[in-house]
Amino acid sequence: MTTKYSLDKLEHLCLDHREHIIRLAQKHEFGIHLGGSLSLTEILISLYFRVAHNDPNNPNWPDRDRIVLSKGHGNVGLLTTLAMRGYFTLDRFVNFNQLENFYSMHADAHVPGVEHSAGSLGHGLSVSIGMALAARLDKKNWRVYCILGDGEIMEGSVWEAFMSAGHFKLNNLIAIIDRNKLTQENYTYNVMDLEPLASKGIAFGWQVFEVNGHNLTDLHTAFAAAQPDKPKMIIAHTLKGRGVPSHEDQIKSHFAHLSPEQAKAALAIITQERARLEKV
Amino acid sequence: MIESAFSEYFGKSSREAYGIALFELAAKDERIVALTSDVPESVRFSKFRDSWPERFFDFGIAEQNMMSAAAGLARSGKLPYVSVYAIFASLRAIEQARTDIAYPGLPVKIIASHSGISLGPGGPTHHSIEDIAVYRSIANMTIAVPADGVETAEIIRASHSLPGPLYVRLSREAEPPVYQSEGIFTFGKSRQVRGGGDITIIACGAPVGRALNAADQLINQGIQVRLIDMATIKPLDKAAIIDAAKQTGLILTVEEHNIIGGLGSAVAEVIAEAGIHAKMLRLGIPDEFTLAAPYQDLIAHYRLDEVGITEAVKALLARYT
Repeated sequence: MTTKYSLDKLEHLCLDHREHIIRLAQKHEFGIHLGGSLSLTEILISLYFRVAHNDPNNPNWPDRDRIVLSKGHGNVGLLTTLAMRGYFTLDRFVNFNQLENFYSMHADAHVPGVEHSAGSLGHGLSVSIGMALAARLDKKNWRVYCILGDGEIMEGSVWEAFMSAGHFKLNNLIAIIDRNKLTQENYTYNVMDLEPLASKGIAFGWQVFEVNGHNLTDLHTAFAAAQPDKPKMIIAHTLKGRGVPSHEDQIKSHFAHLSPEQAKAALAIITQERARLEKV
Repeated sequence: MIESAFSEYFGKSSREAYGIALFELAAKDERIVALTSDVPESVRFSKFRDSWPERFFDFGIAEQNMMSAAAGLARSGKLPYVSVYAIFASLRAIEQARTDIAYPGLPVKIIASHSGISLGPGGPTHHSIEDIAVYRSIANMTIAVPADGVETAEIIRASHSLPGPLYVRLSREAEPPVYQSEGIFTFGKSRQVRGGGDITIIACGAPVGRALNAADQLINQGIQVRLIDMATIKPLDKAAIIDAAKQTGLILTVEEHNIIGGLGSAVAEVIAEAGIHAKMLRLGIPDEFTLAAPYQDLIAHYRLDEVGITEAVKALLARYT
């Protein structure tokens, strides 16, 4: 079950994804994890609509590829993608953060399509390693895609996971690092410098790609590249709050509510982008 | 206690019995996988590892990675048995156990060895006297503490069909034998090891056997001790506690754990909320960091040996009767 949407189609889907998140940020005065959801748009849309094998009508299909959102605060981005893909309807989580459902601030596996609950950082890659080991043990071809935040990899447990994935030579594991260079309150290089990240990945036994995380062609080149006998790390350079002029690449984008004016400016860009795509 | 065949687990330490029982289980169910952090010999995984190397995973000295990976394996249809020293299973990797395993209710069995003060000279860095308190406060967890090797084998067998997560604390040293032959273990059901009407001892782990020996001596002084093996800490056998409190009025709890948050605390909560009247004493490690010394010396120091338990029984009786 692969959809294999064309990259052109994915461009449109990415705009739909951003539009939904922007409208949600306007609607919810409490705020949402805006920045870290918008930096994920191309990564999530690529995975769910082209790269991964999945079936929205059968979320627990045993042979599906697993997509684990380790940076669980990107949940608005994940839920939007899952809804667009057909796991549930978009209106299902418009009123999220309510008592009666599990559509909330952080990824929760009670929601169809969410593989593992996450929010506390530094867990998802290790969980993914367990899944990858199980697939190998069962001689199955399904893969595990784990999406990490860059701030998240300050957690020591992530380096334990980098080490063991390399040691176990998990060639069915792909880690995508959303390298938006911002944590909740500062730039990563001010908080705890992560560089040289690619060299560290290589040193830990990974095959490493560094790409523009908002460029679908770049992402697909990395996803499609043959994977030798080691795990694959895709460092996706992104912008936190991508597509919202008032918040792009700014600390305040981490958790934000958009005013009608801010949302209008961002939606105007989406309209322009749609027009541009129509002309091509 | 069933009177049939003498158990092959008799006289063995709980961790020794665990290694054998898990091997028997794993031979019948290939979904079982074993995970450890650089201590496969210590947790008695060697035979498992040598028989099914592909189902055995050593994560190196990285307990957090191991615990979360167990969750991933369980999410993918495996039945992971995770074994490491109790101190690391209960503190170093506790958030992974809580959030990745307990929250989704995954069938991961955390079988922790070297619990309590059983690695005597290891001292406070290796003693685990908080693990029951920590795991007891995590929803979805079942917690068991076998009294000896025989009961360990029973618990490991029973763990196979337990749908959710389990924490079992094992001792490094052989516990004084309590059971002569094997029965069927039921989580949440305590066992009355011996009857008596003057006072009830509720214990778990190695203290059960020591209390049994103490009780056998106390009978010569006319003191009838009821002894309950509270092998499941959660869910707790409340009915047995309430019956004992009502019928004997005096309760002594004995555990190789900080007296805060362990078996004694759990028993006290039940009695307090039941609205019944009983006098109690919690015997365990006082709320202080432990010393480093040979195990038997530590047991004597903390009054958890037969002499200490006997004294505590007499003290309770003297105070209240």
